[in-house]
Amino acid sequence: MAIEDIKFTKEERARYNRHMIIPDFGEAAQKKLKASKVLIIGCGGLGSPALLYLTAAGVGTIGIVDFDSVDDSNLQRQVLFDIHEIGKPKVEAAKRRLEALNPHVQFKLYNTHLNSENALDIFREYDVIADGTDNFPTRYLVNDACLLLDKPNVYASIFQFDGQVSVFNYVNVRGERGPNYRDLYPVPPPPGLVPSCAEGGVLGVLPGIIGSLQALEVIKVITGVGEPLSGRFFTFDALNFENRTYNIKRRADNPVNGENPTITKLIDYEQFCGMRAVEEKPVREITAKELYDWQVKGKKFQLIDVREPFEYEIAEIGGELIPLASIADEADRISRDLDVVLYCKMGGRSNKAIRELEEKFGFTNLYNLKGGILAYIDQVNPELTKY
Amino acid sequence: MATVVIPTPLRKFTNQTAKLQISADTVGGIIEELTRNFPDLKKHLLDDQGKVRSFVNIFAGDEDIRDLQQEKTAVEESTIISIVPAIAGGISF
Repeated sequence: MAIEDIKFTKEERARYNRHMIIPDFGEAAQKKLKASKVLIIGCGGLGSPALLYLTAAGVGTIGIVDFDSVDDSNLQRQVLFDIHEIGKPKVEAAKRRLEALNPHVQFKLYNTHLNSENALDIFREYDVIADGTDNFPTRYLVNDACLLLDKPNVYASIFQFDGQVSVFNYVNVRGERGPNYRDLYPVPPPPGLVPSCAEGGVLGVLPGIIGSLQALEVIKVITGVGEPLSGRFFTFDALNFENRTYNIKRRADNPVNGENPTITKLIDYEQFCGMRAVEEKPVREITAKELYDWQVKGKKFQLIDVREPFEYEIAEIGGELIPLASIADEADRISRDLDVVLYCKMGGRSNKAIRELEEKFGFTNLYNLKGGILAYIDQVNPELTKY
Repeated sequence: MATVVIPTPLRKFTNQTAKLQISADTVGGIIEELTRNFPDLKKHLLDDQGKVRSFVNIFAGDEDIRDLQQEKTAVEESTIISIVPAIAGGISF
């Protein structure tokens, strides 16, 4: 809808009064918000505050992409949800909450995995994309899709106590285009250097802060009020309460919009991030059902839990605890004669442990529990606590 | 001499120290000294050729060293060198 056709009802005028009376914002900026369409990628720690504030602010149409369901362990930081929504699709739970907050906003839900096949179709109808995902392949996918479709990407990312914010691919009033994620980080870290789920984690308040800054930048990009965080890169260290804002620039060797682009359409981002390395021979796996079968039949084997002690306290299935970091030092505790099953939360760390044991010590009798203890809980013993 | 700011994910390799005072004339010299003192940091900062990894950015003050003289960028007493790795979210796999 064109800006001049945007009208406000009496109720909307009353609701947005505190925006409209700001001299530098006014009715003009509020109209731009109502005319705008914003797509939020990821309805988690960052998406929660971003969605709440953008809905409250009166963005006209908000699209939400997330494939996941609400889990109790989300509620430590995902303030959009409550205990009544556990098990329900996040996008639907989000819509229920947000519609109750502001009935003047239209919502479009995408209860799906964002991928190279669907991203362009979903992005096309939006003015601004806000990336609040939790993994590298999706970061690069969102970045490239925004470049290919010429959309600004309001980026926010968190890890443990650190937060990052920037506005990518933004064209200012002088027609100058700002840098994007590939200018800042040309390639992602290889999976081996990405911290695992045990070392990961995030302090619950941090996404509240960073997701709110993301919403702020979305509003500035839409309304043209102020100076968006384009060409600048904001970092926040919550532990020491220090923030810095660095200058960043476009780079000639950017493969998507540099001087000699080599990427002209969306690629396979999991492969780009090294998540499907072809050269590595796969680790042998055992399913939760098969493991249970071994247990009930009384087969002699060794079970090793490579998680951290605090995880062991939440749920355990009788394995000997040897955290991944000490697996090499404790290798002599692992049997060479029996079959040995290693497991962690989801299978990533135990996979690393098996590779290390095979490479350094020549083990040939190791199995990885497919899907980790979470799969075991799902398929064998739902009484145990998921986390 | 310069102050080096270590990001939280890498502090486990620096005995949880967030800021280090290191004497060197260039960013390259700082990194060399840093990885000598904390060898476990090395594979997270440098590739096999000894170049700064492309998922780690190093800023001298507010500027990306790629926009200055890369590792040859001169540092002064008051320079703050920040190491800023790519982060993607709470769950990695």
